[in-house]
Amino acid sequence: MIRFVFSRFVYMVLTMAAVSVIAFILIQLPPGDFADSYANKRQQAGAPITTEELDNMRHQLGLDQPWHIQYGSWVSNMVLRGDMGYSWEWRRPVADVIGDRLPLTLALAFSTLFLMYLIAIPIGIYSAVRQYSATDHLFSTAGYVGLATPNFLLALILMYLGQKWFGQSVGGLFSPEYQDAPWSWGRVGNLIEHLWVPVIVLGTAGTAYLIRTVRASTLDELDKMYVMAARAGGLSPMRLLLKYPVRMALNPIVATLGWRLTYVISGAPIVGVVMSLPDTGPLFLHSLLNQDMYLAGGMVLIYCAFTIIGTFISDLLLILIDPRIRMQGN
Amino acid sequence: MTSPVLAIPKLKKSNRRPEMATQWQLMWWKFKKHHMALVGMIMLSLLVFSAVFAEILSPEIPTERNNKYLASGPMGIHFFDSEWNFHLRPFVYSRSTKRDPVTLRKIAVVDETKLWPIEFFVTGSPYKFWGLVETDIHFFGAKGGFVHLFGTDSLGRDVFSRSLYATRISLSVGLVGVTFAFILGAIIGGIAGYFGGIIDNLIMRLIEFIRSIPTLPLWLALSAALPREWSSLQVYLAITVILAMIGWTHLARTVRSKLLALREEDFTVAARLSGCTDMRIILRHLLPAFMSYMIVDVTIAFPEILLAETSLSFLGLGLREPAESWGVLLFAAQNVRSISHMPWLLIPGLFIIVAVLAFNFVGDGMRDAADPYSK
Repeated sequence: MIRFVFSRFVYMVLTMAAVSVIAFILIQLPPGDFADSYANKRQQAGAPITTEELDNMRHQLGLDQPWHIQYGSWVSNMVLRGDMGYSWEWRRPVADVIGDRLPLTLALAFSTLFLMYLIAIPIGIYSAVRQYSATDHLFSTAGYVGLATPNFLLALILMYLGQKWFGQSVGGLFSPEYQDAPWSWGRVGNLIEHLWVPVIVLGTAGTAYLIRTVRASTLDELDKMYVMAARAGGLSPMRLLLKYPVRMALNPIVATLGWRLTYVISGAPIVGVVMSLPDTGPLFLHSLLNQDMYLAGGMVLIYCAFTIIGTFISDLLLILIDPRIRMQGN
Repeated sequence: MTSPVLAIPKLKKSNRRPEMATQWQLMWWKFKKHHMALVGMIMLSLLVFSAVFAEILSPEIPTERNNKYLASGPMGIHFFDSEWNFHLRPFVYSRSTKRDPVTLRKIAVVDETKLWPIEFFVTGSPYKFWGLVETDIHFFGAKGGFVHLFGTDSLGRDVFSRSLYATRISLSVGLVGVTFAFILGAIIGGIAGYFGGIIDNLIMRLIEFIRSIPTLPLWLALSAALPREWSSLQVYLAITVILAMIGWTHLARTVRSKLLALREEDFTVAARLSGCTDMRIILRHLLPAFMSYMIVDVTIAFPEILLAETSLSFLGLGLREPAESWGVLLFAAQNVRSISHMPWLLIPGLFIIVAVLAFNFVGDGMRDAADPYSK
């Protein structure tokens, strides 16, 4: 078991390293560097910068070094001092800019994930036990449509309906009076009141997918001999269902928790942009549109980091629920 | 030639002979049992048809601006007029322009006194069909006026016509993207499955890695890094390549696992013993055996690529005007204000839902049919 945990941990660290290389390549991709864009800004402002100043600046920032040294200093600054570079659009360190908005993204992602499982597992089990019933067909159809609707379209439709029926904007995460207020219980309550729309938007497709998976894997288990044996032994149906087939069926669902998290995190930016949430979504999009690459690269890195950590956690959970993996080392 | 002994009995529904059917026939029979898959097939054919004949089917040229009908809603097609008289030829009510007394902007109002009958194969604005044949025939149009089934956008362009043209681009992005993904997946999966060992291990780790990173942020970042001065054709190609770079993993996995399994089969060993070359074994004996699984994966990969392209374009990082895709059309509906004024701009979104649904249905049917020997 310890070997398993250790190997997953090593794999996590290696993946992080690979992702950081990708993020760094993304930062370097657009033509020109930070000094060039700074010179451009100065040019537009009517105070052109001299070549000498430019070279000085490059030297100071280490931009004249070969890329692997630049990468090394970028990574070591990040790991040792939490310094992810400087966003010239915001004129603040990247870590600060992201730090302001990250908690909301996380709140959104994790409440979505939590609700997805909370809704999908009972429905999936129910659909499997009552296969081909009206309810099963209803959920299957809803699931198909849910899977086919891109989440930004769902957001647009919900916003339109909200506008039409309630006459208010359902975008954003706070009412105007709480917009810039300091954190208080009232503000948290207000956040929860607003959070459900993005949660629906972000979670619908994932929930549909999960219902399908739970249904299929439960169906696979229901026909097995051990279920029949247990039933013949006189176990009550509910207890039997939850103790054996469901437990088995949850295995693939827990194993793919990391992928679900990847999925939610992947959809978060676009939903944030459409619903103009004060989270990292709009921040990320603007950094991309303006090629503010340190910020963009930092965001890609953080989005990836969460999914990688999520995969690691789902591996650990798998050890908890599946004794076969726990016993592997012994 | 026509000796009765050798004549193969014609296949009828009642007396199918499974023992004489080819594998593809077996698959088709199994596929047909899946009703939703057939429905999906029909929806897809309709979409493909409207994509191929977009120019003829659309009443207007997508770039054409109708100044008499700016930012106005869908025009309903009627059979009964306001006095409940039946008209065999459907019509739309005519529109006249008035000035809004407050904003002084031109607005279109319904004029129920005059009817514009819908006619088929009418002459309209000239265009080049497939960029080759110059013509001005449109499948339908309103005589004496105009017809905008899905309304117009803020520039007065016909949303219906634009949706049809966008279908062409969106489906072709999917097609090109899937083709790239297919080639990549087949080659990389083939290498992994055929050589095995360390190479296989490395490739599998790479696939796991790609699948564990959130794709949308990566796509966004990659397409943001495309040079701004690129032409729309270059952007189009680059976007499809970007989409394919992440879409190939599923295919590669299928190819690898099937190759690994089939490599040990008796017929492969037999082929090897009779002196077939590796290439011949792969192409002649292995490929036909797992082709159907690859087709399934392609059907599943298609909607993913479609959705990805739509998301990218919707955010303004994918295709851009003058290129038109569903995502580009929805780009105009990006904020609450425009959708509350012009909700019909969301109609192109229905095309996306229909297309993805259809592909999912067909994919499900194909997954069942891919292995026709299973129960």
